[in-house]
Amino acid sequence: MKKPDLGIEFCGIRSPNPFWLASGPPTNSAYQVRRAFEAGWGGAVWKTLAHEPIVNVSARYGAVDYDGRKMMGLNNIELISDRTLDENLREIREIKEEFPDHALIVSLMVESEQEAWHDIVQRTEETGCDGLELNFGCPHGMSERGMGSAVGQVPEYAEMITRWVKEVAKTPVIVKLTPNVADPRPIGAAAKRGGADGISLINTINSIVGVDLDTFRPKPHVAGRGSHGGYCGPAVKPIALNMLQQVASDPEIGIPISGIGGIQTWRDAAEFLLLGATSLQVCTAAMHFGFRIVEPMISGLEMWMLEKGFESLTEVRGRSVASVGGWGELDLGYKVVAHIDQDACIHCGLCYIACEDGAHQSIACSAVSRDEFLRLHPKSAERLHRSGGESFLPGAGAGYVNVLEVIRATCVGCNLCSLVCPVDGCISMVEEKSDLPSMTWNEYQEKLGRGEVDPIQPPEHR
Amino acid sequence: MPTPRLTPERLAANFADLHPPLTAQEARIEAARCLYCYDAPCTRSCPTTIDVPRFILQILHGNPAGSAETILSENILGGSCARACPTEVLCEGACVDRTLSGAPVEIGRLQRFATDYAAERGLSFFEAGPDTGREVAVIGSGPAGLACAHELRKLGHQVRVFEAGDLPGGLNTTGIAPYKITTEFALSEVEQALAIGFEIELNSPVDGPALKKLIDEMDAVFLGVGLGRTAPLDIPGEDAPGVWEALDFIDQAHRKPFEDCEVGERVVVIGGGNTAVDVATEAVRLGAKETTIAYRRTREAMPAFAYEYEIALADGVAFEWSARPVEFVSDGGDLRAVRFRRQRLEGDGRAARLVDVDGDDFEIPCDQVIKALGQLPRGELFAQIDGLEIDRGRVVIDPATRETSIPGLFSGGDCVSKGGEIVDAVQDGKLAARGIDQFLARKDASG
Repeated sequence: MKKPDLGIEFCGIRSPNPFWLASGPPTNSAYQVRRAFEAGWGGAVWKTLAHEPIVNVSARYGAVDYDGRKMMGLNNIELISDRTLDENLREIREIKEEFPDHALIVSLMVESEQEAWHDIVQRTEETGCDGLELNFGCPHGMSERGMGSAVGQVPEYAEMITRWVKEVAKTPVIVKLTPNVADPRPIGAAAKRGGADGISLINTINSIVGVDLDTFRPKPHVAGRGSHGGYCGPAVKPIALNMLQQVASDPEIGIPISGIGGIQTWRDAAEFLLLGATSLQVCTAAMHFGFRIVEPMISGLEMWMLEKGFESLTEVRGRSVASVGGWGELDLGYKVVAHIDQDACIHCGLCYIACEDGAHQSIACSAVSRDEFLRLHPKSAERLHRSGGESFLPGAGAGYVNVLEVIRATCVGCNLCSLVCPVDGCISMVEEKSDLPSMTWNEYQEKLGRGEVDPIQPPEHR
Repeated sequence: MPTPRLTPERLAANFADLHPPLTAQEARIEAARCLYCYDAPCTRSCPTTIDVPRFILQILHGNPAGSAETILSENILGGSCARACPTEVLCEGACVDRTLSGAPVEIGRLQRFATDYAAERGLSFFEAGPDTGREVAVIGSGPAGLACAHELRKLGHQVRVFEAGDLPGGLNTTGIAPYKITTEFALSEVEQALAIGFEIELNSPVDGPALKKLIDEMDAVFLGVGLGRTAPLDIPGEDAPGVWEALDFIDQAHRKPFEDCEVGERVVVIGGGNTAVDVATEAVRLGAKETTIAYRRTREAMPAFAYEYEIALADGVAFEWSARPVEFVSDGGDLRAVRFRRQRLEGDGRAARLVDVDGDDFEIPCDQVIKALGQLPRGELFAQIDGLEIDRGRVVIDPATRETSIPGLFSGGDCVSKGGEIVDAVQDGKLAARGIDQFLARKDASG
């Protein structure tokens, strides 16, 4: 089996694979970055440097668990590097010498003064690092001091500081965008105007992760008080994907993008690549499972590329960007209808109640006597189990089985039933001929205006 | 009859929980498996219709007290049922996870987690309804009577509960293998039920004349007297000292330390139901060296549930199929063996019946025989109530109201079913209380 090439080049920076550790707790020291590179990470963005080490608090992290699974989302109030600049620079040089083929980027954040930026850029580049990432994104702590997202939320500031950095930088400059804005594109365009070579996004999302119900304190708390923190982890992926696609599709930006935000599996990685990312940055997954988490990500991406016939990531990158657009470009004449595979159904009724209460009342739930059901669905007899001289059918109770059937006439094809169904492949959305011609909403508006079509009648509701 | 030759430690280990309780963490992990079905098959398969998905979600979301309330509001003996219900043929038998992932959600153990949480903290969720001025007699404090009395109190009626024995709770207290329900737990659950405000009059048997008087004097009567003694085999030697009834054998383990219980070296259990399994496994755990269950039909026809059969096998119980006892053989007053006659089935389907295979008798040596056969109905009591309709030993009731042929006399539990599960008896009692409430409302309406 010839494995596909996962190597990338990101505005001149080469990396054996697209998986970089994002700037954060896992990239705080040479010890960690060495372990990460040995584990298989292609690159790392060193935890944000400043001229003076910051002072941190205890505790720093809070998490959202989801019905038994830990850390669907993580929030932190930890600040940038708490180590001296000299110590960091010495270790960066050490790592770069040890791992010349890995991508080593250094994240920077200093006060908004030209000299300060000039100084730190020059000193950092003396380490031999491959590039710089400007942290315009941290929503907590540093933003109160006029840094981080305080810069990243104002296009003019972002452009100005990028320009200062570019005045002296010899290596590629990546600007890291904050999601704590209505639209990331104006900042991305400003960074581009300032001379940025690449964009990375998203930084963490401003958040309060929870409240302790016994003490009424926020989570995490520091001697009883909390502060808004940066939210990350699998929960933020959809927000990141949207912003990634927005930036990737903006012709005014047009520079390479490093995708960040909830990447934990190879599937997440592939989705970021398809929506325009060249490199991928991961933090929470490494904080949760350790650096070894990169192994299944690499393997999964390779197997998927083999299956799809992709030989390199350039064939994958941005493949899905153009298929996202405005709602008005969607075809009103496309129709799907839910189809329930009666042999696969386990009769949990979740599709029914979701449709009935949460959607469009288009699934019928009929109680069929157990004997009649077994007569109609002889395959279900395989599910019977016997005890005490009698047989029992999972999904049956009080002598009947709920049979779920789609009411095709009123099904609007919303997907909800297929999303809640716990059985693989049981509910599928099947395309069928619509009464409407193929026509986008924008075209519909034009045709309506010209009197070429009749208004579309609202669907029937029960 | 000798007492066990095992150490108290070994006996305690043998009688430890069949299904140990879940920790809070284990409960959450298991609860996360529940799909939260709509019109859930598990709830439909629960005789008391406990809202299973709801109580499991309450565990998952860190509300064990609310979970216990969900359970106990439908089934005041939810803690006992969590321990002793044949979940395999009830809630867990219907769980759709059997199809989805090959194993049902462990509903019984989750129910135990929630009910234990409430029991350990002495939480009681129910208050008596506004006083109606009505008073109902409840005969028997077993699961049916207890559930009926509790539900009647919720509805605001006063109750007097009469218990013939010296312990409350009926077979729930002394008739279930102690590795399923301990005496202490059964009694504490009764206490918890009493918190709503009623008492049980112990050592107060109600005979025919007393029952007639109660029917006349009280506003309504619930009859939950269960069943009587084990049906006799009517074979020679049945009155030998080594011949026991199953209920007496189980009862002793609830009343005295295991090391004082009487058990033979070689025990033969006669019967093929769940009680036979309970008795046989209990004999093994008390220290019997050889224990055999002898059943007159085949394994396929054995009424014991599959998981009960597995317990017996795991405990090393031997099985003798198609064997009908014909004589208890004693030597100088000491039981020596049971003589059996081989059986075979003649005919097909419903017409099939067992017939003796002549010339094939055999003996199983033993020093103790335990008869785990059906119990007899309380016919002598019923016969004293004129007009009380009985069908093959069962009290006949209106299934909707649980009212008998005598106006104002309601019934439920084993005296109606001739032997059901705890959960069935609880439902009977609960529905009877509602039937009584309607009956009293009609009485009020008609002045």
